[in-house]
Amino acid sequence: MPVPNDTHPKLAAYAHPERLVTTEWLAEQLQQPGVAVVESDEDVLLYDTGHIPGAVKLDWHTELNDPVTRDYVDGARFAELLGERGIGRDTTVVIYGDRNNWWAAYALWVFSLFGHQDVRLLDGGRAKWVAEGREMTRDEPTPPKVDYPVIERDDSAIRAFKDDVLAHLGQPMVDVRSPGEYSGELLHMPDYPQEGAVRGGHIPGAASVPWARAAAEDATFKSRDELEAIYQQEQGLSPSDDVIAYCRIGERSSHTWFVLTHLLGFPHVRNYDGSWTEWGNSVRVPIAIGTERGSVK
Amino acid sequence: MTAPVGLPPRLAELVEDFSDVSVKERLQLLLELSEELPALPDRYSGHRDQMEQVHECQTPLFLAVEVAADPDRTVHLFFDAPPEAPTTRGFASIMQTGLDGEPAAEVLAVPNDFYLALGLGEAVSPLRLRGMAAMLARIKNQVRSAG
Repeated sequence: MPVPNDTHPKLAAYAHPERLVTTEWLAEQLQQPGVAVVESDEDVLLYDTGHIPGAVKLDWHTELNDPVTRDYVDGARFAELLGERGIGRDTTVVIYGDRNNWWAAYALWVFSLFGHQDVRLLDGGRAKWVAEGREMTRDEPTPPKVDYPVIERDDSAIRAFKDDVLAHLGQPMVDVRSPGEYSGELLHMPDYPQEGAVRGGHIPGAASVPWARAAAEDATFKSRDELEAIYQQEQGLSPSDDVIAYCRIGERSSHTWFVLTHLLGFPHVRNYDGSWTEWGNSVRVPIAIGTERGSVK
Repeated sequence: MTAPVGLPPRLAELVEDFSDVSVKERLQLLLELSEELPALPDRYSGHRDQMEQVHECQTPLFLAVEVAADPDRTVHLFFDAPPEAPTTRGFASIMQTGLDGEPAAEVLAVPNDFYLALGLGEAVSPLRLRGMAAMLARIKNQVRSAG
């Protein structure tokens, strides 16, 4: 039986309200069969300090990435990861995490590459759950193992590769990094390690919309109206646009991909996970520096 | 992996503790260490301007290094990182446990890549480990510049 959607009025305004749940809804659904809660954080130990009762941990660095090739895991490994967490193909998966759901959105995007149908984010993520004083536990659940089918990833619809971006130049793109990274002053996120890009700047034509502008103070997503004001009125994007979002390795832009796709209802948004760590190291690709979008000569 | 030679005794012990256990247990050990990171003394509490920020860590980490005027030039370390950053706190706690109270010469002699012997690369990913290398480099710089 499908798990009902959260009918909270704030969510109802979004294009795809079925992709979000509130903390109130989740608190009531924790015992619900068919619902799995997954925590995905930047900090690999945060889950272990306490988590939502029944939640399992999924770490993108060590689990969703292929250990050798710069790529995501394949269908067999994904099936293994989910099966051992008791998640079936029909399970409703609710993902939450730290830092405005940054890594949770990334995990959701990877689930979407495998076509997992019912995957939702907890609006406000870990921070809101904790701020509301809701129950946390250190008990690690031991769900019975299930058979998750081996489904090969479909990278065609929501993932862009470098060649796709080259072919896309001149069409809408969103650079979700910090202003310093966009202009080329910084080769990495402020306060983060240098991850080895030899050139700074942005892909010509890309609009600068730092990802966290989509998040409110309490880590929830801003309202539909506020989001439209940023992406549509201010940046001039339109739901009919074919859009590519990128950042440094594709994690922050997964958050923006989620906003554009599920909250604003843009049907053609791709995440370029090669992002600046690929583009900024590639030979003879066009780069714009400074605060202007620039264009390809 | 065997511990690199020349580590101060408590740091060598920690390296052994980590390398003796499974990958999952290493995370548990790191979590325990993160919980043991001492609170800041009053002179630093609320005074981040008197501490140095380690920008290479994923989460803001502040550190202060004091070198005593005794013949050993004994080093004391102080760290500040929020509870929602247990990995960073764990790294800081390794430094605190392993190096606090050691003579300056011992601290400066720690190999810059000693942390590889902890075997945490698999457990936390090499990228997250960079913070640890940066912490040690900044500690050494401060010990040197303390004259």
